[in-house]
Amino acid sequence: MEFEIPRIPLAEWCDIALDWATEHFSGVTRAMSAVIGTAIETTTDFLVGLPPWLVIIACGLLVWRLTNARIAIGTMLGFAFLWNLELWRATLQSLVLVLVSTAFALAIGIPIGIAAALSKRFWRIVGPGLDMMQTMPSFVYLIPAIPFFGLGAVSACFATIVFAMPPTIRLTALGILQTPPELVEAADAFGSSRWQKLFKIQLPLAIPTIMAGVNQTIMLALSMVVIAAMIGAGGLGGEVWRAIQRLEAGQGFQAGIAIVVLAVILDRITQHIARHMRRDRQQG
Amino acid sequence: MSDTQARIRVRSLTKIFGDESGAALPLLQAGQSRAEVQKATGAVIGLQDVSFDVAEGEILVVMGLSGSGKSTCLRCINRLIEPTAGSVHIDDTDVTALGERDLMALRRIRFGMVFQQFALFPHRTILRNVEYGLEVQGVPPAARRDKALAAIETVGLKGWDQHFPSQLSGGMQQRAGLARALALDPDVLLMDEAFSALDPLIRRDMQQELVALQKRLKKTIVFVSHDLDEAIALGGRIVLMKDGRVVQQGTAADFLANPADDYVRRFVEHIDVLGVVTAGDAMRPPMAVRPWQSSAAEALEVLTRSGEPVMTVVCELGRFQGTVDADTLRRAGATELRLLLSDRDASVPRGATLNEAVARLAAGRGEIAVTGPDGALLGVIANADLIAALARRRVETAH
Repeated sequence: MEFEIPRIPLAEWCDIALDWATEHFSGVTRAMSAVIGTAIETTTDFLVGLPPWLVIIACGLLVWRLTNARIAIGTMLGFAFLWNLELWRATLQSLVLVLVSTAFALAIGIPIGIAAALSKRFWRIVGPGLDMMQTMPSFVYLIPAIPFFGLGAVSACFATIVFAMPPTIRLTALGILQTPPELVEAADAFGSSRWQKLFKIQLPLAIPTIMAGVNQTIMLALSMVVIAAMIGAGGLGGEVWRAIQRLEAGQGFQAGIAIVVLAVILDRITQHIARHMRRDRQQG
Repeated sequence: MSDTQARIRVRSLTKIFGDESGAALPLLQAGQSRAEVQKATGAVIGLQDVSFDVAEGEILVVMGLSGSGKSTCLRCINRLIEPTAGSVHIDDTDVTALGERDLMALRRIRFGMVFQQFALFPHRTILRNVEYGLEVQGVPPAARRDKALAAIETVGLKGWDQHFPSQLSGGMQQRAGLARALALDPDVLLMDEAFSALDPLIRRDMQQELVALQKRLKKTIVFVSHDLDEAIALGGRIVLMKDGRVVQQGTAADFLANPADDYVRRFVEHIDVLGVVTAGDAMRPPMAVRPWQSSAAEALEVLTRSGEPVMTVVCELGRFQGTVDADTLRRAGATELRLLLSDRDASVPRGATLNEAVARLAAGRGEIAVTGPDGALLGVIANADLIAALARRRVETAH
């Protein structure tokens, strides 16, 4: 007699769940998609419409204010290089996508991180979820994104947020949990409420750690934005994707190097800010 | 009742650490020892049946070696550590019965706390650190700034308010920690090994300043320390703890005179006797006293018979007036003693420590008088008496 163990219909279950969610929520998500998509496009078009040298100088000044002259000059040289390669439009598309995704990831991730730090039970739920989000191949997020948000930038944004958010959640929670216990005790001894303790002591002390999470989130967002080109996100990833389809190695490397340049710029800026905040914490 | 009532009353305070505290408490109350309970339930006994009072305006030192439960005890007073059983009252409030909200309010208003490792907030300036308690209370910015600056001035940190804690030395950081507690103008200061992390010289300065500050501000202070010299320097009553229980409470001199057990005896063995024993403890009745209208010749006879180094002279009311030595008496014949007096300040009050007596003795002629509050002669201490007093203490503490 032959045993036949039936295959667990995992794929079917996932389909059923997705279909159900699509049926009930896609109306809302499509509407959201339209709004966010328009916002992203408008911003990108506006930046592309400006003369590149003006954008480069404006970015340089902003970076100079946030960090220092060295990083500001590096930023301007990097952008000038990307302009020179005639990848200006793609660069701006990618940059806007990264920044929008990061903004959403922080807006959602930091509160989740705080909640996870304050409640052990919540952390037990969130922890495995984060593990799954980070180990699942990032391409997989692209598939369900399409029925909810349609092809294009918003789907890319969604997949990017899911993929890039975990470090922010983890490091926010870690930063708060790492508050030296004697400081928590001192805050308690003076009769601080839970929120006073959080906002006056724990969060300010956690900021350097949270910034390390922000840095990682931005880096992950950049890598995902490139992959998201497969569902029509455009940008520098789009250039790479086109080069792959046409087997143009030179074009592919050129776009790849452009992504590296963008990554270095974003990394230096956020790392500098994080380092600066760490020094603040120690001596002001 | 209420006017003699202590400001803080700690009664039968017990703290059991661990998940098995519920099972451990009945065993402990049934009289099992700390070790037995720990073996049976795995629970660790932090405090066992601790009771003491703290009077208003008093510095009470809770003393013990590490692991004796002294810090746990302090934290049970404002419930940073939740007691397992027993009660803590501050005036008419039962601290142990308060809900979370009332406890928070109580901590904001009545307690100021100072920590061993300072526990200053590194991201805040000294001013913002000192303001913290007021900020938590919801005091408006201008008012809390004024109060904080006043507290900073009180502890001698004027001009440092815009610095960050890491820019200050340890001693200055602890001054800031003290200012943070004082800014609230709390009734009670809880100080947990507040000076233990400081250099010895700075520690002594801080102890003196705390005593001076307390005389001025009249705070009720519970001070945890492992250092007997510190407890003596702060000058108040001492609650000596060991293994989570109170071994003895009283002044350092009480510990010396009537140690409750061998542990206390060993604890005070190396005590600086000169700083603890009073002149009243060491004095003996004078053998050569004459009123000041007596003649020198008569006095000389008394003095020679007594074997005292000098003649002690008192007025009609029995107040100490000064001394006269044998050579002067011999030369003076029939002169009245009052014209021969010298060493008019060769006396100490009975409450003075032997340290002060020694200084006087060294400056005088081998004997000093011990006086009561109105200057009345109570007794004398000669060099030999001092040595005898010291020897007595040594013998007492040696066995």
